[in-house]
Amino acid sequence: MAEAILTLEGVHTHIGPYHILQGVSFGIARGELTMLLGRNGAGKTTTLRTIMGLWQASSGRITFDGREITASATPDIARSGIAYVPESMGIFTGLTVRENIVLAARSGPVDPARLDWILGLFPALRRFWDLPAGNLSGGQKQMLAIARAIAEPRRLLLVDEPTKGLAPVMIRSMIEAFQALKAAGETILLVEQNFHAASVLGDRAVVIDDGRVAHQGPMSELVADTDLQQRLLGLSMDTHQ
Amino acid sequence: MSSSVADTKPGDLPRTPRDWVPLLLVPALMVLAAPLFGNVSSWVTLTTAGLAMGMMIFLMASGLTLVFGLMDVINFGHGVFISLGAYATLLVLGPLAAWGEADSLVLNLSLLGLCILAAMAVTAAVGMLFERVIVRPVYGSHLKQILVTVGGLIVAEQFIHAIWGASPITVALPQTLRGAFVFGDVAIERYRVIAVVIGLAVFGLMHLVLNRTRIGLLIRAGVENAEMVESLGYRIRRLFVSVFVAGSALAGLGGVMWAFYRQTLTAGMGMDVMVLVFIVIIIGGLGSIGGCFVGSLLIALTANYVGFLAPKLALVSNILVMALVLIWRPQGLFPVNRQ
Repeated sequence: MAEAILTLEGVHTHIGPYHILQGVSFGIARGELTMLLGRNGAGKTTTLRTIMGLWQASSGRITFDGREITASATPDIARSGIAYVPESMGIFTGLTVRENIVLAARSGPVDPARLDWILGLFPALRRFWDLPAGNLSGGQKQMLAIARAIAEPRRLLLVDEPTKGLAPVMIRSMIEAFQALKAAGETILLVEQNFHAASVLGDRAVVIDDGRVAHQGPMSELVADTDLQQRLLGLSMDTHQ
Repeated sequence: MSSSVADTKPGDLPRTPRDWVPLLLVPALMVLAAPLFGNVSSWVTLTTAGLAMGMMIFLMASGLTLVFGLMDVINFGHGVFISLGAYATLLVLGPLAAWGEADSLVLNLSLLGLCILAAMAVTAAVGMLFERVIVRPVYGSHLKQILVTVGGLIVAEQFIHAIWGASPITVALPQTLRGAFVFGDVAIERYRVIAVVIGLAVFGLMHLVLNRTRIGLLIRAGVENAEMVESLGYRIRRLFVSVFVAGSALAGLGGVMWAFYRQTLTAGMGMDVMVLVFIVIIIGGLGSIGGCFVGSLLIALTANYVGFLAPKLALVSNILVMALVLIWRPQGLFPVNRQ
């Protein structure tokens, strides 16, 4: 594995009386797209929220680019260079598409060349530029959520289930967008239930089960081993294709 | 912005239907009420009085609706900032009493302006303390917020008694703001015109700040989804404090206008008006400044019209308006989508 930009070491997270993450340890390599896989309720979303500081880790250590962020506040974690797209997308529906993106650019106006690149990835957003984001369809909102996350260069992108509930044509667009982001050298941690999308996009895979890392390694290894898929995810490639 | 984005023709885009209906309620009410009055002068006088009253309610309520919308805090102590703002006028009226008695519009308006500045400064400072000591420990718990802010209100009212005494204090309007403009049979009180002008100016300023500035963008985003604003790297806690302080200062401004309107100060004057304030922010849609503005005018005009036409119904008219609005739009006139 290339140099890790983000590492989790023995991370435990409690939510109320529930012990969700039970010693999660893995690393994200710089410039790679790592898939975070697992059954429903395995702890994938909790892992992302714990990295972002939205839920505090009760023990363990999270390091980003050599700096410990385990107990950091969410805004500080975001300012250190991590962008986050939650499962709910977190779109501000009363704001226009433009305002959503402007808000994400903390350091000032969005770079025109970068904006053109982003709108090239998600052309639909151009048509709705000055309309309230609440008017967008589910797929367009997902595009806006990702466009907002990359409005400025970030060192790590955390995305939670971007293809969830989308039509096949929209899933294809989303896969193409992530392929373009990969080609641009972005480092991405992607939670995904769609194994086909995961197999197309992932460089590495981390599988979580019951709050623990059950497997980690190259995505190709998981793709090639249907028994492993069946055991870890309860599904085979055939059912996903 | 990229040229390709700027070049997108608005005519090619699907348009969002603007929600004009709630905005038409106020003029519709005014027009529909007109035939019920026997003469134009009564209608004009009551309409002007209603608009002025509405503006003062808006000034007092706008801060609370922002605080609730952004911070999800039910601040029953908001009334004390209205009272405190009213009493803060005494800090100016004492040493500058001569300005109020002078037959000079400039001096009189300057006096009013200084009273407003003093009130906003005092209530902003107390608001910062109130947020830190009373509100911050109970973020996220509505029941505790109600209990603690009511407790804070009682304590603050006792402080007002301790500083200024428990007896009502009379304040006089500055000389040139007394009396009325008379046009034939129609008399419009000068102070009410001032109240309308200040209310419109504050509404315009708030609209500009919320819609044309980055801080306004953050507030609007924070009202919808505070967690996402934090995830974008903004410290929402600082925004909370700023909005709470601004909301307290606005209540202080409303308190000054209310004080000169009533011309009597009591420690409970803020709490007395809080029922109206809560009705207004519920009607408007929690967190909506536009809704608060329309709701304030609607409630004040209705109260004035009904008080004149059917005095026995005056007490229930506000509740009736609220019930009708909520049957029509359960989330208020301009619902704010909160996640």
